[in-house]
Amino acid sequence: MTSMEPKDLSSRVLTLLSAIAPDIEPASIDPNRDLRDQFDFDSMDSLHFATAISKEFGIDIDERDYVQLSGLRKACEYVQAKLASPV
Amino acid sequence: MQIDFKLPSLGADMESAILTQWLKKPGDTIHRGEALAVVETAKGLIDIESFHDGQVAALVAAAGTKVPVGAVLARIDSETAEIVPSAAQVPAPAIPSAVVLPKREASAMTEVTAPRTGTSGAAPHRRPISPAARRRAHELGIAAETLAQTAGSGAIHVEDVEKLAAQAAPPAAPDPRNAMRIAIGTAMARSKREIPHYYLAQAVDFAAAREWLTGYNSRVPVGERLIEGVLLIRAVALAASKIGDFNGYFRNERFEPAKSVHIGTAIALRGGGLVAPALLDADRKDLKTLMQEFSDLVTRVRSGHMRSGEFTAATITVTSLGSDGADVLYPIINPPQVAIVGAGIVTERPWVVNGKLLVRPLLNLTVAGDHRVTDGRAGSRFLRVIADLLANPEQL
Repeated sequence: MTSMEPKDLSSRVLTLLSAIAPDIEPASIDPNRDLRDQFDFDSMDSLHFATAISKEFGIDIDERDYVQLSGLRKACEYVQAKLASPV
Repeated sequence: MQIDFKLPSLGADMESAILTQWLKKPGDTIHRGEALAVVETAKGLIDIESFHDGQVAALVAAAGTKVPVGAVLARIDSETAEIVPSAAQVPAPAIPSAVVLPKREASAMTEVTAPRTGTSGAAPHRRPISPAARRRAHELGIAAETLAQTAGSGAIHVEDVEKLAAQAAPPAAPDPRNAMRIAIGTAMARSKREIPHYYLAQAVDFAAAREWLTGYNSRVPVGERLIEGVLLIRAVALAASKIGDFNGYFRNERFEPAKSVHIGTAIALRGGGLVAPALLDADRKDLKTLMQEFSDLVTRVRSGHMRSGEFTAATITVTSLGSDGADVLYPIINPPQVAIVGAGIVTERPWVVNGKLLVRPLLNLTVAGDHRVTDGRAGSRFLRVIADLLANPEQL
């Protein structure tokens, strides 16, 4: 699947984020900000987020790519790019 | 044989909890390790597990009430032999200070309580005040004597102080982390008061550990990857089982070494505060298993649902500041434990290797030890074993 409405994708990524971090109020997330600055995201949170995205979209995520999942908007762009050109 | 199922102390800082839910009813079978009730504390919701196999004979405390540590929650008909004195020998503490919460507020934070209901017997003229309540009263500018003379019976707790303050002053914005902050303060003040700490630090070349971890993680699917923290937990567990005087409790004026190594892992909560539940038998589990259990533990901490065994079990604690913390951390021992290991962030620094100046990722490891049990020499040996394991990650 290569085409997905950006809005649909971002709501799916937001759902994943809420599932792995139920202590974050979804409405309070600023998609442009780093999750670490905003919510004290640590290495376990990053791993959980990467695992959830990998499972949901069926994409492989290299450990070096975790930095590209550091914010909600960045994560959506990463998933979009991965889906468009799976390596 | 009938056994009293009591509310355990889930940390040096806990005085009471709100019984939010019964998971069993009279007549139900219960196994050792199975959860019988859910209580709410400053740390969140915690499952209280049974220490015995048997059948639930009676539920003594009512859901929605506040119960002090040590109070009988239920009675269990146990098939197994009892080790502790039976109920007949030790008078069971009644629950005089139980507070009935209105239904609507029962699930709210611990700071909300209803007026105390009358209890049997004459109300004492002056009510006892808990140390935490006394401190809170001081913070809020309320005289402790005024509190002691307020109507009602039973001990005055933090929430009573805050209620009184709220009546006197215009309502301030509620602070859900307040109870947590007080709980941490109580435990750490006790630690600093009672434990003669010594501190040691050592810089560890973390290059080998990183390289090993990167290699491992590139070979497994994302869901099976490890994080650096789990290497540290495993290294401390192995060191603690090898060098015994850092693993156990200082109680009744003496050190009681623990047979198992249960690593308390300090987990920060978003918005402030932290909890340190234990990873059980960490010296006997491989990295993969430890990672799964650590991951599960963090998930449950984040969703606010933990198990009582995890709070009472830790025999030594590991604390790490994560990737954006300070270089070095000087941790405070969590009583009745006798040691805690701290890790700062891993940063690239100039480092001499075989006479050459190189840039290496360094981890500053610290240990705080209890001088009643060990001294700096033993602490250095303990720290060195941890450092050696991290330098040789294939041994983990």
